Amino acid sequence: MPDQVLYGMEVFLNGLMAGVLYALVALGFVLIYKASGIFNYAQGVMALFAALTLVGIMDGQVPFSHLINAIFGTDVHHFGWHVPGVLAIILTMLVMILLAVIVQKLIFRHLVNQEPIILFMATIGLAYFLEGFGDLMWGSDIKKLDVGLPQGISETIESVTYNLTGYGFFIDNLDIVAAVVATILVVVLTLFSQYSKQGRALRAVADDHQAALSVGISLNFIWVLVWSIAGFVALVAGIMWGAKSGVQFSLSLIALKALPVLMLGGFTSIPGAIVGGLVIGVGEKMFEFLLGPALGGATENWFAYVLALIFLVFRPQGLFGEKIIERV
Amino acid sequence: MFYREAGDFKTTYAEDNQTFPIKFDRYRYYAVMLFAFAVVPFVIDSYWLNAVFLPFLIYAIAAIGLNILVGYCGQVSLGTGGFMAVGAYAVYKLMTSFPDVSMIIHVLLAGVITAIVGVLFGLPSLRIKGFYLAVATLAAQFYLVWLFNRVPWFYNYSASGQISAPERFVFGVPITGANTASWATYLFCLVFVVFCAVIARNLTRGTVGRKWMAIRDMDIAAEIIGVDPLRAKLSAFAVSSFFVGISGALFFAVYLGAAEVGESFGITKSFLVLFMVIIGGLGSIFGSFAGAAFLVLLPVFLKNVLVGSLGWPTDIAAHLEFMIVGALIIIFLIAEPHGIAQLWRVAKEKLRLWPFPH
Repeated sequence: MPDQVLYGMEVFLNGLMAGVLYALVALGFVLIYKASGIFNYAQGVMALFAALTLVGIMDGQVPFSHLINAIFGTDVHHFGWHVPGVLAIILTMLVMILLAVIVQKLIFRHLVNQEPIILFMATIGLAYFLEGFGDLMWGSDIKKLDVGLPQGISETIESVTYNLTGYGFFIDNLDIVAAVVATILVVVLTLFSQYSKQGRALRAVADDHQAALSVGISLNFIWVLVWSIAGFVALVAGIMWGAKSGVQFSLSLIALKALPVLMLGGFTSIPGAIVGGLVIGVGEKMFEFLLGPALGGATENWFAYVLALIFLVFRPQGLFGEKIIERV
Repeated sequence: MFYREAGDFKTTYAEDNQTFPIKFDRYRYYAVMLFAFAVVPFVIDSYWLNAVFLPFLIYAIAAIGLNILVGYCGQVSLGTGGFMAVGAYAVYKLMTSFPDVSMIIHVLLAGVITAIVGVLFGLPSLRIKGFYLAVATLAAQFYLVWLFNRVPWFYNYSASGQISAPERFVFGVPITGANTASWATYLFCLVFVVFCAVIARNLTRGTVGRKWMAIRDMDIAAEIIGVDPLRAKLSAFAVSSFFVGISGALFFAVYLGAAEVGESFGITKSFLVLFMVIIGGLGSIFGSFAGAAFLVLLPVFLKNVLVGSLGWPTDIAAHLEFMIVGALIIIFLIAEPHGIAQLWRVAKEKLRLWPFPH
């Protein structure tokens, strides 16, 4: 095969891998949207916050050290211990659950029955708050996240493909891990929602709030649960993105990239989020590869949105979304 | 006590339909206008101008524009930053191509150009609704910013990729460039604010506005009673983008002087204007002003208190600002989802009965 085609295939594969990461963020959106009808803009910032907390715990940073130093004139930075990765992940998960409880108790309990746009705005407010809070708590410098995930180019794939086609494919080890993790996550989530008691309750709530309430399902518990799961998904996404490109503010911008993914897949469909993520990931990489040089580069900034826009004109509910039926 | 309709007799239809039916409101409006036009220009200095007045006036125009689209017509848009960029680049191209034409015409033309672009990006709204539309407008935001970054014609092939406003005049007084007087730029923006507010107020209480509101409340029902959704939605996009374009033009030419598109007109700007509209109150012209004032004054206030008085580092103040803005948005939404304008309405109702509530 000619080199150009092989190179194109490599771009395609890398696009798939990037798409997996988009799908991870989109997954969190879909979960919350299905269960509570809230379009959670803060999902990306939750990923950032989770990653910041994880790094902070692992390095033994003193929370709010900047603020404490500014007020009391002290000079504290670190506790001086290092927490192993697994323990830190568990602690971070506890923080995310706590966050879920607080978000539910302080914000969304008071906004029940409001219009969707109001709920959406509240999550933007939450996003702003969390962003400031995370930076204030852990500092805003770019941090390295290392929980022991393999880094660098996968040599096995390179040598295997080199032997097969005479051209070694460059694929990040981390991307492969991300793909595996995402697959496991989706399987676990599906099993959870199909077979566990809470999962069924969750689906019942997603189907009809009032009917679920009348058969004795606690809405409060379900909403806390679903925000915790979203927090968990955010943590996974945060770890993956953080390990890839460092924990920094731009992490929260992937939330925006997840939006066209959702539009392609439909807001209410978990498989949709995965497929949408892959389509966007591959699409933007291939578009940049094929037409980017002719258009002046950096088309990745807008390609996903324009693709979603054009797509929606023909299919307004997305690929897997429930058919929109409008009644007067 | 003074806030009463009683005793204020309307003898003509014109009087009955006026914008401020209550005498107190009317005089307050005249007083505010008098103050804004005849007092502020004489006392304004460059700190107040650049920290408070110019951003407030310019954002107020943008907020009015977005409020027409989101608050009156119900089409959520996250592309305000992109449309402001269209206004800015349009006015830049016009200023450099026709240096002798008055700035007033340039700014208005920039508004018209933005309106055309707005209609173009408004076309999908005929098929796409709700959140899907909100995300679709993100396409406008990112595509336009990328376009202005990548096509050198837009920034006249300057080496830095920035645009900077050359010196231009209105009636012989410099409005843009380095040698402007505070009062001149202030008055220039104020005239546009009043112009936009009056147009918006009168559009929204007439036929056009009622059609928009019918579409907002339920588009299918509106279609059945004879509102053409194509014309209603696209006219909302056009009028909204016209205002947003004017504000973008003023923001670049008068306020910033030099701009880099990703930094000045990025996605954060879209959200900022949307917050103004939400906090101020959806579907209210007064709310647009209130929201703009609130979000312009809050950072200035916080900065003065935290950095100025307490002596904290600026980065902590910036983080706290994020937290406070976020928390305030949530508190506002919980306490009063319809924004400052609704508080104002409630206060007015109370005032009518005060001090004898029976």
